[in-house]
Amino acid sequence: MTEQPLLTAEDLRLSFGETKALDGASLHVWAGEVVALMGSSGSGKSTLLHCLAGILTPESGRVGYAGRDLSAMSDTERSALRRGEFGFVFQFGQLVPELTCRENVALPLRLTGTGRREAHRTATEWLERLEVADVADKRPGQASGGQGQRVAVARALVGRPRVVFADEPTGALDSLNGELVMKLFIAAAKETGAAVVLVTHEARVAAYSDREAIVRDGVVREQEYVR
Amino acid sequence: MSVSFALLGLLENGPRHGYDLKRTYDDTFGRDRELHYGQVYSTMARLLKNGLVEVEAEPGVGPDRKRYAITDAGVTDVAEWIGRAEKPEPYLQSTLYTKVVLALMTGRDATDVLDAQRTEHLRLMRELTRRKSGGDIADELICDHALFHLEADLRWLELTAARLDRLASRIRS
Repeated sequence: MTEQPLLTAEDLRLSFGETKALDGASLHVWAGEVVALMGSSGSGKSTLLHCLAGILTPESGRVGYAGRDLSAMSDTERSALRRGEFGFVFQFGQLVPELTCRENVALPLRLTGTGRREAHRTATEWLERLEVADVADKRPGQASGGQGQRVAVARALVGRPRVVFADEPTGALDSLNGELVMKLFIAAAKETGAAVVLVTHEARVAAYSDREAIVRDGVVREQEYVR
Repeated sequence: MSVSFALLGLLENGPRHGYDLKRTYDDTFGRDRELHYGQVYSTMARLLKNGLVEVEAEPGVGPDRKRYAITDAGVTDVAEWIGRAEKPEPYLQSTLYTKVVLALMTGRDATDVLDAQRTEHLRLMRELTRRKSGGDIADELICDHALFHLEADLRWLELTAARLDRLASRIRS
């Protein structure tokens, strides 16, 4: 295969006190693919996601994105990368409670210089796409858990990132709402061509991915990449 | 067993010919496993012998001239079958358990056994998820049933993977 992976982790190591969270973890993510990082609690899967996203810095090893070395970047450069190229969906607590759902989705666009009217128009389109246009003028606290997560997905995708990092995106939802979030999330990501790195311990959520990588004791057993 | 009850149940709304029964069954329940004509006729022959269906003959010859109708005894049987809870099958993992134990006994890597099985389970779960996403409500429910069962198997796989050391020491003692 000649095509290079978009995102790579090479032999990452990171400890929290006595605990080795990552013990030589490697992973390759190609553009546009959905990879599920699976493993039990404490396996290191969330730590790996945070390293890949440039939120945590490993003690040793290398994280590469589009040929650039994340650990060689300054904090400012890394922040710019996270704002411009990455999107994030977490379990909860990611929406700004004082803003309406539309304003929340518009926020990443406003931060990168898009005008208010244009940002709001695009945000509305994304809320429609995620089937939550009816909560556009409500605050996150007035939306249900499932609606809130779909607003969060809209916010993660609105800037058309090349990678979306999702850490247990359905962890706080019942299975029916979780399924709806995953279905709309993955369909939208595929449409925009974003790669998704998805941390989950639920097999039914992982089943929305293209392949899985199993994390155990800080090491990754990566499934062969087949296009 | 459920095929004969399903065919019997399809007759409750009115008599049908054999080919009509097959077609309706395939449309409603068949999905990946359509019935053979032979299966329909042999099932009908058995139900006929047991007095659960009767034949309304039409002029002409050949099996397709027969219209099957459900009898009162047949209706009673269908009602009893629908109302009866299915026996849960808690021992689906026995083959896998045997493989894991044998691997440990013979010094093979039992983790490989579990990893291979997980990959296969997830592959099937992906396929079902794709089918579900593109399907109607019937596809959705059928796929979800399979998905929940596969998920339960996977939880057992994870638990076993985490307990392999304990199992190994018990086997070797």
